[in-house]
Amino acid sequence: MTDQRFTLADLKRILLQAAGADEATGLDDDILDTTFDLLGYESLALLETGGCIEREYGISLDDDTLTDALTPRDLIDTVNERLAAARVA
Amino acid sequence: MTPVVVTGMGVAAPNGLGAADYWAATLGGKSGIGRITRFDPSGYPTQLAGEIPGFEAAEHLPGRLLPQTDRVTRLSLAAADWALADAGVDPESFDPLDMGVVTASHAGGFEFGQGELQKLWAKGSQFVSAYQSFAWFYAVNSGQISIRHGMKGPSGVVVSDQAGGLDALAQARRLVRKGTPLIVCGAVDASVCPWGWVAQLAGGRMSGSDEPTRAYLPFDRDARGYVPGEGGAILIMESASAARARGAKVYGEISGYGATFDPPPGSGRGSTLRTAVRIALDDANAAPGDVDAVFADGAGVPELDRAEAEAISEVFGSGGVPVTVPKAMTGRLYSGAAPLDVACALLAMQAGTIPPTVHIDPCPEYDLDLVLHQARPATVRTVLVLARGHGGFNSAMVVRAGR
Repeated sequence: MTDQRFTLADLKRILLQAAGADEATGLDDDILDTTFDLLGYESLALLETGGCIEREYGISLDDDTLTDALTPRDLIDTVNERLAAARVA
Repeated sequence: MTPVVVTGMGVAAPNGLGAADYWAATLGGKSGIGRITRFDPSGYPTQLAGEIPGFEAAEHLPGRLLPQTDRVTRLSLAAADWALADAGVDPESFDPLDMGVVTASHAGGFEFGQGELQKLWAKGSQFVSAYQSFAWFYAVNSGQISIRHGMKGPSGVVVSDQAGGLDALAQARRLVRKGTPLIVCGAVDASVCPWGWVAQLAGGRMSGSDEPTRAYLPFDRDARGYVPGEGGAILIMESASAARARGAKVYGEISGYGATFDPPPGSGRGSTLRTAVRIALDDANAAPGDVDAVFADGAGVPELDRAEAEAISEVFGSGGVPVTVPKAMTGRLYSGAAPLDVACALLAMQAGTIPPTVHIDPCPEYDLDLVLHQARPATVRTVLVLARGHGGFNSAMVVRAGR
């Protein structure tokens, strides 16, 4: 587990599981730099998504990470930082 | 006072999904009661339910709603969609503050809650879904309907067991009279899951019979308890003038309502159901002789059946009005039962026929003119619908045909 990197594909899989897909925006387009708010994922959907990531990857995310202004790129970077920190520890 | 009318209906019943299927099944005496399929009931003392077959939520709802909704909410959202379409209402053409939502709920989203409790117990609190914060909650159906359609007017939920279905319609009527042009109202309940099942068993009034045609027998000499079901109906209620202004078809008017609460058991004082009926008739400015049919609560429990039969006979006289219990074909749907009865009554008015109470061999002590075995052709202009909730709730509603 400690060697793995968190990718956009991982995020899409977890988003789908935690919050479902929005037919209007979809997850197939390039979503990396669009905020979750604009992608249609409200705070509770983000909370659930964050919870799924924490459970699956054995890390913890700060509550203030999961804001509406967050983009998938930000979240992926944060998760990978936490994974790297966990490897060092 | 402003007449308040019903302009649309969405039905989800064990014997029919959608108003047309439900009405055809009900007229034909087709029952939706059978052995539970949603979980293995073999370890439980009662094993029959009225389950809705063939409802695939993903066919009716956007994917974003599925992870956050219980079955009861999915059914409610679908029924609300159908009711709005039936009424010819496009919510986007309304001011959001001109639309509200009032539903009743008996149990909330039990199956969702069961899943989260299982995760809590087996894996720990961090595995409990964030959506559990609302997915189980009594008000969730009102909330999700209002969010889906952008309805920001007065909204709420009432919780009074089976009587709640009428109490929600009455609250919707109040809100329309206070000036909100359109209210989505009614109820759907659905808790056929192991946790929901043991909660219902705790009430002690479920039928232990495993014969689908002999388990739930309201007003029968062999009444032995009730069979629960899932489903209900969502209605669109509008002021008559607003409905007229937009050229809507009108099923009928909610013209009278009364509610009472029974004295405690052992007090020596009897049921106050009769008082609820009188209040509803007075509110509708109707005499007993104006009523063409009574859609009874039909508890299927001998002492409750007797109290209801006596109340009906006292108001209408011996055999003085046709009485029917179409819910003998669905099981008792808790909050969903009475809105479904109101929808059924409105369809009966349209069709000029009173649907039957199936499988019943009436108890000879009751002076009731029960519509048995098959539908009875009749002019149906005014109907009394009754609903009683566990713990003493009585509600009565008078519905009149559209003019």
